Amino acid sequence: MTAKPVPQPTPNTEPYFEYAARGELRVPRCRACGLAFMYPRTACPSCASEDLEWLLCSGRATLHTYLINTRPAPGFEEDAPYAIAVVELEEGPRLMSNIVECPQTSEALVLDMDLEVVFDKHGDVAVPKFRPVGRTS
Amino acid sequence: MSMRGAVSIVGAAETERLGKIPDQSAIELHAEAARRAIADAGLRLQDIDGVACAGESPVEVAEYLGITPHYLDGTHVGGSSFMLHVRHAAAAIAAGHCSTVLVTHGESGRSRVGMQPWAPAPQSMRGQFEVPYGVMGAPTTFPIGILRYMKEYGMTPEQLATVPVVQRQWAAMNPRAKLRDPITVEDVLASRVVAHPIHLLECCLVTDGGAAVVLTSSERAGVMDLPHDPVHLLGSGESSESAMISMMEDFTSSRAFRTAGERAFAEAGIRHADVDHLMIYDAFAHVPIYGLEDLGFVGKGEAPSFVEEGHTAPGGSLPLNTNGGGLAYTHTGMYGMFAIQESVRQLRGQAAAQVPDVNISVALGNGGMFMSAGVLVLGTPAALAA
Repeated sequence: MTAKPVPQPTPNTEPYFEYAARGELRVPRCRACGLAFMYPRTACPSCASEDLEWLLCSGRATLHTYLINTRPAPGFEEDAPYAIAVVELEEGPRLMSNIVECPQTSEALVLDMDLEVVFDKHGDVAVPKFRPVGRTS
Repeated sequence: MSMRGAVSIVGAAETERLGKIPDQSAIELHAEAARRAIADAGLRLQDIDGVACAGESPVEVAEYLGITPHYLDGTHVGGSSFMLHVRHAAAAIAAGHCSTVLVTHGESGRSRVGMQPWAPAPQSMRGQFEVPYGVMGAPTTFPIGILRYMKEYGMTPEQLATVPVVQRQWAAMNPRAKLRDPITVEDVLASRVVAHPIHLLECCLVTDGGAAVVLTSSERAGVMDLPHDPVHLLGSGESSESAMISMMEDFTSSRAFRTAGERAFAEAGIRHADVDHLMIYDAFAHVPIYGLEDLGFVGKGEAPSFVEEGHTAPGGSLPLNTNGGGLAYTHTGMYGMFAIQESVRQLRGQAAAQVPDVNISVALGNGGMFMSAGVLVLGTPAALAA
């Protein structure tokens, strides 16, 4: 089976993946205007300030929107059908992710449900994914 | 400086065949469409001094055809690129950089002859922040906002399924449309789920084909011996949002659609009630829903009912995607050029499913997954004089 795609960090994104490897979800936040944002850039997309910090996120998020893909991408053969989701972090920014430890059905995946971050490994790179909170298991 | 009506489309044509064309490469589809559009304008190859295209480089298209250009535009922002090419060409012609611009499209979307594979580099932003989550092409990303839209505005699966049903009614009148058999909402909802909540019949076709337009100044168009009326560019707009759909500001609305549309309508000096005919790029059934709202034809959340009530269908107040659209006519990959072609045909009175008395037609092109947009307001000589 093919491995899942491995993101290849660039200088602007390297800290994001380094923090993720330590089990921390951090996103850039502008010290000038306060905006937390994705994806990582070296200047604020709202006010252009380069005075940024890496905000430690709580890991809590909600399920903003998703689809359930039936034709697996390489590396996802055993996962199909699987949800490709956009989650909204408690701190505001949104990012694409997968919803794990959860049936990949429209019944189980309810918009705005509460999620928490878990880290998966694609190759050597830690990739943030999300699972429902308050599971009974 | 107003560009309203300064430039006209004087030639427009599609490749003779659409659909499955394994014996023509992408560049040859550009070339065939180019030759036909130039002939449609009653011009010769030597009259062309500007070349614009996407997919292939304009250098390759110019060289393949034997043109020495004074103007090149290789803007490549997905299926909306051709709306931008028309807009840029109008500015270049008005500035005197060139006099006659050829805009070409050709894509071997189905047969993949002479095409590059889809694969964002792993160090690209998409490669880092979307591809790891199992995305692979348009069906795995473009429909991602639909569930949000449904929750926010109460759109039902039946309402979404009405979009392809209505477009099939238009396609039934068009012998060149790929899919012409009538379908029902039940048929759509019974078709295979490609990516919940989208069904196969809510996804566009994947075809081979090409099309091209020729533009020149309206002043020159007025003295040309054209076999048809020129189609005037009354207004245009372009914009972009993100190459990653996951970064959209609002998953129920396209910022690029809104921005490009506002500009185009303002430049043309028209109100929505002035629009006789509309083309909205329909890679998937929800895109016309977003487009109707983002262009301001209806309020937020009102498009599903608007379509369901038949306003965009044959005999309705706002005929939409009258060639059958990407859902039923053809969709090579970058469909925007085909939307322009249908607007031109409607304005000339030459469409297969001709709408009576079309004087103003609007064409909205989408690029990528709500990544970019181009809007053209096109009109007849009567509309320009009004």
